[in-house]
Amino acid sequence: MIGFWLLAPVMVAAALGILFTRKAVHAALLLAVVMIGLAVMYALQDAPFLFAVQIIVYTGAILMLFLFVLMLVGVDASDSVVETIKGQRLMATVVGLLFGAVLVVGVAQVTVGAVTGLDEANAEGNVPALAQLLFSTYVFAFEATSALLITAAIGAMVLAHRERLTPKVGQAERAAQRMRDYVDHGKHLGPLPSPGVYARHNAVDTPALLPDGSAAETSVSRTLTARGTVRSAPALADDVTVLSRQIGHDGRRDGESGTTGNGRDREPGDQA
Amino acid sequence: MTSSLVSQGDLVLAAEDLSMFGQDPWWLVVIKAVLIFLVLVLLTLFNIWFERRVVARMQHRIGPNVHGPFGLLQSLADGVKLALKEDIIPKAADKAVFLLAPVLSVVPAFLAFAVIPFGPVVDVPFTDDMTTPLQLTDMPVAVLFVLAVASIGIYGIVLGGWSSGSTYSLLGGLRSSAQMISYEVAMGLALVAVFLYAGSMSTSAIVDAQERIWFGLILIPSFVIYVIAMVGETNRAPFDLPEAEGELVGGFHTEYSSLKFALFFLAEYVNMTTVSALATTLFLGGWRAPWPLSAVNDGMFNEGYWPVLWFLSKILLFIFFFIWLRGTLPRLRYDQFMAFGWKRLIPVSLAWIVAVATIRSLSLDGGFDRTYLLGALGVVAVLFLVLFFLGGEEEEEQAEAEERPFDAFAGGYPVPPMPHQVAQARSQSPTVASSTASEGSA
Repeated sequence: MIGFWLLAPVMVAAALGILFTRKAVHAALLLAVVMIGLAVMYALQDAPFLFAVQIIVYTGAILMLFLFVLMLVGVDASDSVVETIKGQRLMATVVGLLFGAVLVVGVAQVTVGAVTGLDEANAEGNVPALAQLLFSTYVFAFEATSALLITAAIGAMVLAHRERLTPKVGQAERAAQRMRDYVDHGKHLGPLPSPGVYARHNAVDTPALLPDGSAAETSVSRTLTARGTVRSAPALADDVTVLSRQIGHDGRRDGESGTTGNGRDREPGDQA
Repeated sequence: MTSSLVSQGDLVLAAEDLSMFGQDPWWLVVIKAVLIFLVLVLLTLFNIWFERRVVARMQHRIGPNVHGPFGLLQSLADGVKLALKEDIIPKAADKAVFLLAPVLSVVPAFLAFAVIPFGPVVDVPFTDDMTTPLQLTDMPVAVLFVLAVASIGIYGIVLGGWSSGSTYSLLGGLRSSAQMISYEVAMGLALVAVFLYAGSMSTSAIVDAQERIWFGLILIPSFVIYVIAMVGETNRAPFDLPEAEGELVGGFHTEYSSLKFALFFLAEYVNMTTVSALATTLFLGGWRAPWPLSAVNDGMFNEGYWPVLWFLSKILLFIFFFIWLRGTLPRLRYDQFMAFGWKRLIPVSLAWIVAVATIRSLSLDGGFDRTYLLGALGVVAVLFLVLFFLGGEEEEEQAEAEERPFDAFAGGYPVPPMPHQVAQARSQSPTVASSTASEGSA
């Protein structure tokens, strides 16, 4: 009983937290707290098997997949408060209230037969007793549930399956394609130049400078270019010049002649 | 099948007797818990040193040998240094989760050891006639408890990766969650065969069931699958993809520093010890002495405090195996690794469980000549293996058939022959090579 009164407030608080927290990952974590609390409740009521299974299946597998999806959706995606379906909130409230009413009425109608007691139920040990019930009295329900689960799994696979229409491109094919590109268009064979190497700055958003002082566009990730966060290399070179002046060093302004982002894209292959 | 197992309850479950647990006074429980904690922390310090020395020996180096005898205090010095470093919390981090993650990773690692038996029932020193099992506690589902606790430990890694607010960390966290979930399935399936043979899921009962023969010998396939899965489960080389430094800097712990990083590090090494201890308990007879020793003087070495020695030596054997793997094997590619887990390990363990369950239920029902069954199983296994390897070869043959003869000027660029190709005479060089470069032909 002490266990219940210790755990119940924590679980209720966590459950309320799920409703009111803004970040989806925080809600998932609070759900994990509720689930683990539930598992401990099972353990307190002499159901060790249910305790282990509750944690392994719900906390360990299902909620983990939840988290997985949430993380892929976005690192800091907060709940949107805009209704996407008209009247969504009203409908949700009505259905929720109806469900609550059904639950209350349903539970109130239940009559519990003579209670045999945990000692008798667990006489053979918790796990064998459960197995005995599952594979005798409830064997049909058990098999039907497993059939349902398998159907769901196969359905998910069928829905996600996609016929491969083109042959799979492997390492060898990619190499051959690069070679063809080199022959036909003179495209450089090797890897792209790394950023910032000639620009006195090694951040990924600083383009490398070509010998004539212009920026090498290919040295910066396309994502950064699309976001517009590429820094100008000569500007940084100016910083360096100012700095070296300040410390009394006679810095030469070799990066000055370059213009940023003029699209000159020199490839070593062009020289031929 | 399972119903027949249950109906044979008396026979199967005779071993499970947990009445000796839960009788300890509170001070004994506290002493045991503190001792387990101490053993695990000391083992971690020792394992770090051990790993560095063994890997060094494998690479013709000496390894740490300056601080303390044989350099044994090196990891202690490293630990102190790590604790004194600056603790950095990135600006983009989700602070609460960022702080919670290392704790969430290290606590379950220690928790799992509560149900691992270090030895049999022994006399408590400095008391008159008090006896206690060398195990903090046990329960009818002890092994499942270890699995459950391990699955909570994954949260630490995943949340650490997510809350850092860094792409490398997030990718590392996602990788590790996918990896650990996949390999936990194979691991759980490998354990089922042991449950079937021991007739129990409590660790002490499983050790008792191995009095005559270790499960690692009669259930070799399960043992092999478990060993592979445990390497995947602990993120160790060659399965250390979540922290692949070549691709992800440090994976989930890229942004962690100081004590919080130390906690992740501690969790990894304690987890190594935990899976090793579980493997020892389930497959290598737990604390039981190995065969020639177990026969000495009416099993003298299986009583009193001797078993702790065998138990720790078996754990260290597994740790050495971990280190050996790390010193030998290169890291797998991620898709190959996942394909191996889902397409090879899980189907093989499923087929093996069906076989074990069949043998078990037949032998429990009694009166069936098992030689026919074993013969049939052998045929099926051979067929399975043949199909297993032939299936892969067909594709390779196709790929080879498509290959053209060696072209020294593939696309006008001089190339050396591949290992299986033979360089041809110059006159046979293809047309593209008609330029001046043809002087370089093979």
